[in-house]
Amino acid sequence: MSILIDRSKRVLVQGITGREGQARTQLMTRYGTQVVAGVTPGKGGVEVDGIPVYDTVEEAWEIHGEIDISVLFIPAPFVRDAALEAVAAGIKLLVIIPDRVPIYDVLAIAQAAKDRGAHFVGPNTLGVLSPGKAVVGMIGGRAESAQTWFKQGPVGICSRSGGMTSSMAYYLAEEGIGATTLVHVGGDIVVGLPHPDVIQLFEGDPETKAIVMFGEIGGTQEERVADLVERGLVTKPIVAFIGGKGAKSGTRFSHAGAIVEGDRGTHEGKVRRLREAGVTVVEAFGELPGKTREVLQSHGIRTA
Amino acid sequence: MAKLHEAQGKTLLREHGIRTPEGALASTPEEARQVAQELSRPVVVKGQAWVTGRADRDLIRFAADPENAQMAASEILGRLVAGQPVEQVLVEEQVDCEREFYAGVIIDDQAQSPLLIFSSMGGTGIETIARSHPERIVRQHINVKDGLPGYEARNLVRSLDIHGKLLVGLGNLLASLYESASAYDARSAEINPIALTRDGKLLALDCRMTIDDNAAYRHPDLGIEVAREYDRPPTRLERIAWQVEAGDYRGTFYFIQMEYDYAHGDGVIGFHGAGGGGSMMSMDAVINRGYKLANFVDTSGNPPASKVYRAARIILNQGPIDGYFASGSGVASQEQFHSARGLVKAFMEEPLTVPAVLRLGGNAEQRAIAIIERAQAEIPAPVEAYGKDDSPEKCAERLDFLISSYSPPAERPTGRFPPDAAEPYQFSTITGGTVTLDHAACRRCDSKICLDTCIPQILSLEENVPVLNISREQAHKGGCIECLACQVECYFEGNRGGSVLLPIEGL
Repeated sequence: MSILIDRSKRVLVQGITGREGQARTQLMTRYGTQVVAGVTPGKGGVEVDGIPVYDTVEEAWEIHGEIDISVLFIPAPFVRDAALEAVAAGIKLLVIIPDRVPIYDVLAIAQAAKDRGAHFVGPNTLGVLSPGKAVVGMIGGRAESAQTWFKQGPVGICSRSGGMTSSMAYYLAEEGIGATTLVHVGGDIVVGLPHPDVIQLFEGDPETKAIVMFGEIGGTQEERVADLVERGLVTKPIVAFIGGKGAKSGTRFSHAGAIVEGDRGTHEGKVRRLREAGVTVVEAFGELPGKTREVLQSHGIRTA
Repeated sequence: MAKLHEAQGKTLLREHGIRTPEGALASTPEEARQVAQELSRPVVVKGQAWVTGRADRDLIRFAADPENAQMAASEILGRLVAGQPVEQVLVEEQVDCEREFYAGVIIDDQAQSPLLIFSSMGGTGIETIARSHPERIVRQHINVKDGLPGYEARNLVRSLDIHGKLLVGLGNLLASLYESASAYDARSAEINPIALTRDGKLLALDCRMTIDDNAAYRHPDLGIEVAREYDRPPTRLERIAWQVEAGDYRGTFYFIQMEYDYAHGDGVIGFHGAGGGGSMMSMDAVINRGYKLANFVDTSGNPPASKVYRAARIILNQGPIDGYFASGSGVASQEQFHSARGLVKAFMEEPLTVPAVLRLGGNAEQRAIAIIERAQAEIPAPVEAYGKDDSPEKCAERLDFLISSYSPPAERPTGRFPPDAAEPYQFSTITGGTVTLDHAACRRCDSKICLDTCIPQILSLEENVPVLNISREQAHKGGCIECLACQVECYFEGNRGGSVLLPIEGL
C-alpha cells in the first residue's frame, strides 16, 4: 500500500491550462495518475493532453462523479478562492503546489477544510508520489526521471524541503531501499499535513515499515513527532536529518518555515528532543542511506 | 516577515480604534523640539529601531521640556543599532500609568489558527511573564471565519479576574487588535504594555508588528520596500536582489548578505543554493570545512536562466570572496541546463576570478555539466561541475582543494562578451532585457544553433538569418523565456552573433 495517492485515486487539476499546470499534467498522466479533469475558470471546453477542462470544480464533479484529490497549480493570490471552491465541491484532499500563499489565506483554507472534514498538503509543496503507482504535483519533474529515480519499498519518506524529498528517495534507492510514498509536507510555517500527521498516516500503513524524515529549523513539527513517539502513537523506527545547523537566529533561510525565533525551533533543540524520544538522528545528510539500512536490518525489515 | 517600526504599528492600531499616547515622528532634533512644544507637557523620545530592549540600549529617553527633547533626539538620531542608523524618533506625551497589561496575536502553526495571548501583567517580555507568572496569562484560538467576537474577548479578560468597565475596555481592545492584525496580514502583533492611566484610559504604549512577506503586496500603503525576513534593514545588494525578484514571478530568488567586512584569504565564499532544504544542507557542507558564507542565495522553483544569471552577478559583486559554491538538493525536478547557462553567462561577463564548484544534480544534469565544462576556456578561474551522485561534502572538498591551489591573476581580466553587432536585429524580453541577433554574423553562421536550442522555439530562418516567428509584443510578454540559448549556445557552437542584455537595476 501507500498513503494519500495511488492508481485508484481520481485527480482533478486546478489551473491545468497554465505553464506549470500543463507541464505537470503530462508528468502525472504519464506516470500513471488517474487525472480525470481540469479546471480553469473561463477556459471550459478545451482539452489539455486529452484531459477535459471545465470552468468550475462543481461542473467537473457533476460530469465525472466523485473526485478524490485536487492539485492546484495556481498563482498564489488566487489559491484561497480555488482551494475553498474545491473543498466546497466536496473534495477531501487538496495538494497546494504554489509558494508565497499569504498565511491568513492558508488559515482560511485550514478552517474550511476542518469544517468539511478535508485535508491538504502544502502549500509550497512539490506534492506526493507513490513509486510505481502515481504522483500528484511535480516530484521528479518528468515521468521518465520519476520512473528512474524512485523505487518501491518499505520506507515512508517525508520532508519539509521539496528537493530533499527527491534526494532522499533517490539516494535511498541507490542504497537499494525503496519507498511506499514520498510526501513533501511543504516549506511554509503553516502546512496542512505537517510531519506528525504524515507520520501517523505512515504508522497506519501496513506496507510502511520505517520512516525517513527530513526536518528543518523553525516551527514545532519535529518536536511534535518526538511527542508522538514518546506517547507510543508511532512505533515504527524513524531515521531523521535536521537541516539548517549553520543558520543564525532571526533570519529566514528561504523556506518561510525555517526561521529560528528566540530559543524556539533551533537545530540543537530539535535534535535533542528527537533523540530523547528514541529517533535515530544523523549528523550529516550523506549518512542517511547507510543509517537507514542499518536501522532496517536491526528491525529485520527487507529493503525492497 | 517585514517588521514595522513602533510608530507605523501604532498608526495601524489607531485605524482600528486603539488609542495611543499623543505624539508624532521626528527626523531631526529640531523637529523633536517642535513636537514637544506642541504637546506642551513632559515627553518620551523613542528611537525607532527593530530591536528589543530599547530602554536598556538607551534608545528611550524622558524629557521634561522641549530643550531636553531636542537634546535626547540629537543623542539618539544617527546612532548605529544593529549596524543601521536610527533615522526617526517618536516623541510622545508621558503617560501616568496605574497598571500594565500585555496583548499579542501570533500564528499557531500547530492549531493552524491565530492565537490571542493576553496577560494581566505587562512591560516585560511575554516569555518572562510566562515563566514567572503563568497563571496570569490566557490564550484563545481564533476562528478566522468568525473573527474575534466581543463576548469571547470579554470572557477571556474575565478569566483573569478583571471586571466592570476595565473588562469592557480591554475586551474591545483585544477585538480591535485582532482586527488590525488580520486586516494587515500580521504574522505577529504585540502591544506591550497596554497602559491603564490614572484617569481610566487604555493606551498602547508600544507596538511590534510583523507583516507576512507573502501578503505585503496587498498593503502598498505600508511602503514595505523589501518583503523579506531580515533581522535588520536590507543592504544595498539586498534591495537590488529584491528588485530582481519582484520584477520576475518565475521561480524564486532569495538573497541574504551574511558577511560585510572581509578580505581575500579570509575564507569567505559566495554561496548559491537551489531549494531551501538542499541549500541549508549545502551551506553546512562548506561551513564544516571552515569557510564562512558571504551570503545565502536560493534560486529554485524552476527559475529562468536569466534569474540565475542575475543572482550570480549579484553574488560576484559582493566583495573579495575566495570561491563560489553552488549546490542544491542534488536531485532537482527542474531542468538544470537553464541554471548552467545563467551561470556561464555571468562567469564570462563578470568575469569569475575565484574557483567555483557547481553541484547541478537533477533533470538534464549531464547537459548542464557539459555546458559548464565547455565554457571553461573562456572563464579565467577554474570551474568544476558535478551531478546528483556527488555529495555536497565531496563538492565542498573539491572547492577547498581548488582554493588552496589557486593564485588569482595579478590583473583583473576583462569579461567575455559577443562582439558588437554590425547588423542588429533586436527584441525585448519580459524583464526588460534585450536580445540582439547580429544578422551579419548570423548570415555567415553554419550551425544556426540558436534555432535548435531556443527552448520556446520562437526563432525561424528567413533569408538565412534567424528572426522571431511570434510578434515582438508576444516575445516581450513572456514568449521569450530568456533561456539564453541564443547567447550561450551561439557563443560556443555558432558565430557569436547572439547576445542578451539583462540589466540589473542599481548594480
